Amino acid sequence: MSTVTDSVDTDVKAHEDHGPAKGLMRWVLTTNHKDIGSMYLWFSFAMFLTGGAMAMIIRAELFQPGLQIVEPAFFNQMTTMHGLIMVFGAVMPAFVGLANWMIPMMIGAPDMAMPRMNNWSFWILPFAAVMLISTLFMEGGGPNFGWTFYAPLSTDYGPPSTTFFIFAIHMLGISSIMGAINIIATILNLRAPGMTMMKMPLFVWTWLITAYLLIAVMPVLAGAVTMMLMDIHFGTSFFNAGGGGDPVLFQHIFWFFGHPEVYIMILPSFGIVSAIIPAFARKHLFGYTSMVYATASIAFLSFIVWAHHMFTVGIPLIGELFFMYATMLIAVPTGVKVFNWVTTMFRGSMTFEAPMLFSTAFVVLFTIGGFSGLMLSIAPADFQYHDTYFVVAHFHYVLVPGAIFAIFAATYYWLPKWTGHMYDETLAKVHFWMSFIGMNLTFFPMHFVGLAGMPRRIPDYALQFANFNEISSIGGFLFGTTQFLFLFIIIKCIRGGEKAAAKPWEGAEGLEWSVPSPAPYHTFTTPPDVK
Amino acid sequence: MMQQAKTLTLLLAGLAVAGSGHAAWEVNMTEGVTAVSRNIYGLHMTIMTICAVIGVIVFGVMFYSIYKHRKSKGAVPQQFHESTLVEIVWTSIPFLILVLMAIPATKTLVEIYNTDEADVDIKITGYQWKWQYEYLGEDVSFFSNLSTPIEQIHNVRNKNPNYLLEVDEPLVLPVGKKVRFLVTAADVIHSWWVPALAVKRDAIPGFINEAWTNIDVPGTYRGQCAELCGKNHAYMPIVVEAKSEEEFDQWLKEKKAEASRERELNDKVWSMDELMVRGEQVYNKVCAVCHQPNGAGMPPIFPALKGSPMATEADQIGAHVDIVMNGKKGSAMQSFAGQLSEVDIAAVITYERNAWGNNTGEMVTPKEIVDYKKTGKYEEDPARQTMPENQQASL
Repeated sequence: MSTVTDSVDTDVKAHEDHGPAKGLMRWVLTTNHKDIGSMYLWFSFAMFLTGGAMAMIIRAELFQPGLQIVEPAFFNQMTTMHGLIMVFGAVMPAFVGLANWMIPMMIGAPDMAMPRMNNWSFWILPFAAVMLISTLFMEGGGPNFGWTFYAPLSTDYGPPSTTFFIFAIHMLGISSIMGAINIIATILNLRAPGMTMMKMPLFVWTWLITAYLLIAVMPVLAGAVTMMLMDIHFGTSFFNAGGGGDPVLFQHIFWFFGHPEVYIMILPSFGIVSAIIPAFARKHLFGYTSMVYATASIAFLSFIVWAHHMFTVGIPLIGELFFMYATMLIAVPTGVKVFNWVTTMFRGSMTFEAPMLFSTAFVVLFTIGGFSGLMLSIAPADFQYHDTYFVVAHFHYVLVPGAIFAIFAATYYWLPKWTGHMYDETLAKVHFWMSFIGMNLTFFPMHFVGLAGMPRRIPDYALQFANFNEISSIGGFLFGTTQFLFLFIIIKCIRGGEKAAAKPWEGAEGLEWSVPSPAPYHTFTTPPDVK
Repeated sequence: MMQQAKTLTLLLAGLAVAGSGHAAWEVNMTEGVTAVSRNIYGLHMTIMTICAVIGVIVFGVMFYSIYKHRKSKGAVPQQFHESTLVEIVWTSIPFLILVLMAIPATKTLVEIYNTDEADVDIKITGYQWKWQYEYLGEDVSFFSNLSTPIEQIHNVRNKNPNYLLEVDEPLVLPVGKKVRFLVTAADVIHSWWVPALAVKRDAIPGFINEAWTNIDVPGTYRGQCAELCGKNHAYMPIVVEAKSEEEFDQWLKEKKAEASRERELNDKVWSMDELMVRGEQVYNKVCAVCHQPNGAGMPPIFPALKGSPMATEADQIGAHVDIVMNGKKGSAMQSFAGQLSEVDIAAVITYERNAWGNNTGEMVTPKEIVDYKKTGKYEEDPARQTMPENQQASL
């Protein structure tokens, strides 16, 4: 062991003279996984605020019935862009950022397997995002057909800017695929000696599975938008019934991408929470092996349930039954996960710092989203739920606490490792409670208006939905403004604060805590010994 | 600046109007008025209860641990983990619950899919942004448009109790009869949904979807388009009036008589004033959603008619008639030949050529539209509306 320590020490010294370059070019040219991870995270936060601002416009318009702030045409652009930016700009890059920072440190690798490609996968993103957002300023406005961009609304009836939207999706897709390839290559090839697959932290496992999902479905999305491009500009009729095409085909292709996509946005969260709950319960995760298998089962099932988004399009009875049963099955591995987290907490010795607060809220609220998901899987009942605010409530319950809260939890958990300082725990708790209350105030009433019959994606609504919409809007503004506090906490932590120990959390486990805080620019240039 | 001031005024007016108060705390799905809707409601309540019970148990254990097993209370972690037995138990119990859930769900679904032996067949076509109802075999067909005045939407007048859920002509159905719906669309995908009937079917161009209902209780049932279909997606409601069989038959008879009276209007000699009055009504009902009540449109998507060459130059009358009859490919401009009567088309074109200072003094008569239809420039082929330009050219 002592020899290992020695070699790490000399190594760190040897690298001190070529640490990060200075100035802007450090960020443009960097191939360092930590730099790239940080850029991903900052980019994602900028997109989170952008998409959030759009959500604020949506909630402001829906504060009362009637049209007050925006016209329906612009409202539709806001709902579309909010969805696209949150999915492709905020959640996915945030997870890739966390993967960049943490996976090499968790498996004892010096960097990602393909550092230059890593740089490129990141730098595509800002350009894609700028192109996507610029469509809002083009003649005829930006995409206005929902983030699901169903044909023919998005083809024959789409605005001229649709072409730019398609290009932006292609770029985002290329970035994701390259990121995924890099993660797979890193995990499969760069693990330290002794780090067997079944010893990998669950965050690494869930990301490995997520990366395979990405490689499987991003090309499908690329195919869908390419067919759209063909229909719009080159006279084909893939999705045009008048030319012998099929508008429903679009939905099949989209959701074959779309359903695994929603798991892409949740599986890494499972990994994060599975690291944090044991750390703050000071107790091992109850069933590591079953968690790995449950993740793999969920990933497999994600490929055979896509048509549950399409129960009302008129697929044959046998198809409805198949997709209903397959969808219901997802509850089983998801249940296994929730039971494991709860059992891990049971008879632990818990403390509730910000990462644990967010993780606990994750388990409760994600489970509520899971319950509404199970309700939605019942095809006959879905005839009443489909395309209502009940669905909006469902997917915001799985995505806001599911993805966003997990990202907050991860940020607070690893922030001491990234910056070398402890964050302000009091402010972080305020951030948690305001987010928690704001989130529930926004999305819980949506269950009610949805069941009472309010369709989604409307800028104006009947009077019986007014009260709950008002509450939702108030909650939305609370949740939205609270995120500036998050920004403040992060900046404060970067600029200073109590010095963080190499392992600031008593119960934390993993190789990332064996390096000093802040983590040196290069870590594990010589592999650690994993027992 | 003007625009901002206007928005602000509207906003304040809106707050004042909405402040008038409509207590609305509806939290659950409607039970509805059909056997199927009650089954669905039952399924919904059962699964929600099951979820609630599971939730209470799981969260109960969790909150107990959160309360009891804290470090601050001196809890010492028990390092137990991995138990195959426990894993098997909490895999199989949920699985069994799911199987129990799937049985009634399957039964209801099979029932929903049984569209045989209907007493009444109605074809429903979704358009941007209205519904067309055709009583098959009865020669009755009409459009159903939102009837909420625009002033209410812009908050300058108090809102009706049925704000956004009211139409000019509701779909009338008989109670106690199996009614089959054949659902399709002329442009983009819509979705026909009435919660009280538990019928939601996507209206897809090029497809005909089937659904059915059998209403028990006479009454008025309201719904909305459920699939995003463009700018005015929020403004294409559905109203169903369920009447007793006798009342329904009576209504159907009147509708047929009305249709033949409409056809006779083609032979009447129309004056400019009469056409303008009728044209204004038609315009505001059908055209104003895009081209705006003042004819200014919303360029570049919805062009202005006011002062446009097509609506003002004498040699463009033919083109004007042509675009109203056939629509414009690749735009939201639909073919209205099948949607409006000859009288209405003549009136609206006359109106567009003389309103908002277009003052051409030109008049298009119903007779001219009838003659135009005979020239064959207009073919009653619904596929034409959705066919790309290049294929149209080769026809």
